[in-house]
Amino acid sequence: MAAETKIDGPAWVVTVLTAPPNIAVRCRGVTKDFGSGGTKVMALRGVDLDVRLGEMTLLVGPSGCGKTTLLSVIAGIMEPTEGEVEVLGADLASMPNGDVVRFRGRNIGFVFQQFNLLPALDATENVAVPLLIAGMRRRKALAKAAEVLELVGLSDRAYALPSELSGGQQQRVAIARALVHQPALIVCDEPTSALDAVNGRHIMELLHDSAVQPDRAVIVVTHDSRVYQFGHRIASMEDGHIISVDDASHHQPAAAAAH
Amino acid sequence: MAWIAWRMLIGNRGKYLGIVLGISFAALLIAQQAGIFWGLMNMTAAQIRDVRGADLWVMDPNVQFVDDIKPLSDNDMMRVRGVPGVEWAVPFYKGLARARMEDGNFQQVILLGLDDATLVGAPQEMLSGSLSDLDLPDALIMDDAGYKQLWPKEPFQPGKAFEMNDRRGVLVGICKASKTFQTFPIVYTKFTRATQYAPSERKVLSFVLAKAQPGQSLDELCATIKQQTGLSALTRQQFIRKTIMYYFTRTGIPMNFGITVLLGFIVGTAIAGQTFYLFTVENLRQFGALKAMGTSNPRIVGMVMLQAAQVGLIGYGLGVGGAAAFGVFARFNSKLAFLMPWWILAITGAAVLLIVLLTSLLSVRRVLTVEPAIVFKG
Repeated sequence: MAAETKIDGPAWVVTVLTAPPNIAVRCRGVTKDFGSGGTKVMALRGVDLDVRLGEMTLLVGPSGCGKTTLLSVIAGIMEPTEGEVEVLGADLASMPNGDVVRFRGRNIGFVFQQFNLLPALDATENVAVPLLIAGMRRRKALAKAAEVLELVGLSDRAYALPSELSGGQQQRVAIARALVHQPALIVCDEPTSALDAVNGRHIMELLHDSAVQPDRAVIVVTHDSRVYQFGHRIASMEDGHIISVDDASHHQPAAAAAH
Repeated sequence: MAWIAWRMLIGNRGKYLGIVLGISFAALLIAQQAGIFWGLMNMTAAQIRDVRGADLWVMDPNVQFVDDIKPLSDNDMMRVRGVPGVEWAVPFYKGLARARMEDGNFQQVILLGLDDATLVGAPQEMLSGSLSDLDLPDALIMDDAGYKQLWPKEPFQPGKAFEMNDRRGVLVGICKASKTFQTFPIVYTKFTRATQYAPSERKVLSFVLAKAQPGQSLDELCATIKQQTGLSALTRQQFIRKTIMYYFTRTGIPMNFGITVLLGFIVGTAIAGQTFYLFTVENLRQFGALKAMGTSNPRIVGMVMLQAAQVGLIGYGLGVGGAAAFGVFARFNSKLAFLMPWWILAITGAAVLLIVLLTSLLSVRRVLTVEPAIVFKG
């Protein structure tokens, strides 16, 4: 069922699986263990999940259920112990590590809980980082970054250092950084948990309006039920399993609060 | 990425200055102490360097350095003159004399006796008076530093007199001479007069200065002199090297300076290494984020090495700059010895490179082992 195919753009050969074209991420039987023997912890216990292009998928569940581990596996920064993970048509497990790193750089945008902006760089420079990693010349990268910063409504704070920005503003810079190189997949780890309710809502609106595109999938790990309304689908996790995948419209606030 | 590495580095001012300070301190101490050491070593051979005109120094075979005087006989000089390939050979007296000043105090001086007829070995630059004034009775010429040591703040006036070995000497000129290791005033006079100022001995000829005939190989001539006279003959450079090596191998000077240099190296490495490591640890999340966003390990290592190289280069510049400034100060203070040839800069550079490598090694290891997944931890 697997075929060796050369993908346009990135110069690497990947094993392409057979997911339908509208599926950005397909996980089948994914497990992830940490430690061994008596200290072995099974963070993922056979996860099956499809993430569609053009949608925002929320990964929800209680702390320690494996959300972040699954996100790390999908983003190619952690290898699964077993199972298949197909991301944007590529089987990351079959790629050499260097190619995985390049794949990540070109195809995945990251939004972190703690923003992880470089404190020495101003907002524009932080946004330009993925372009610089990709090898774009600095002047061009900064110009492009300024455009995206305007998109997230921060053009007036373009030269502010992270320490001079509020938490909400920092997260907006982080979103701009995730968008700037136009990746096909954006992964967000608890993007609102370091923010108050109002800022959290603004961030989710921004992600919903700016990040979700027909040719892009967005995965958001969250345990904040107030933001469920922004997702298209909600995958609920418990104890290393996906226990349900529902349309977000099925999640009423009261039900969501149970999470 | 080089730009990001640079911005990360200078963005943390405190750490950045700490690392640069550590490396600067090490570079300064290494270059400055090595410079003083080499200045001192060169001072030991200053009088060989100051003697111009002669190609060879002929001496007793047991002489170990320029101040190790084992007198020759007049006969020895005649035998050197008779060696084929020698154009001329003249006597040269070198010794310590005790000068009795006008106020009754005694002062040790370095007494140099130049060939009466040719004045071979005479100072190269006269600051007051002229070499021909040595023809005057009891005439002496003293070096400028020595004069200032004996008569501070007193402008030179010809006619200042003092006694050596109960014989009167009169200063007729002031010359420039290289700083000596012993720091005694240097007194020049004619050979025959010098032997009268020196304590009475059967043999008073310290060295024979010889000139090779045009086209004559100096090494061959040295070998011939040794073969025919049994004396040791060295070129100027050979004698300088022999003198320096004596002090280098037979005194504790290199050890003392070496310890200081080593201390500078260790302290510099400790300060720079610790601060750089802390800087890296503080930035681990940033490095993790860069990794997650697609920066490969080799590029991350490159960033760390570049940061280390940058602080190394700046620290090196500041350190050797400081040492050079000390050197400029030393030029205006005749008591300070300081020389900074290219190889001291090279050694300091190598030491800084080693500090930078040691410093970055731990940091590189740390950033290599950091998992990009660290960025997903709140």
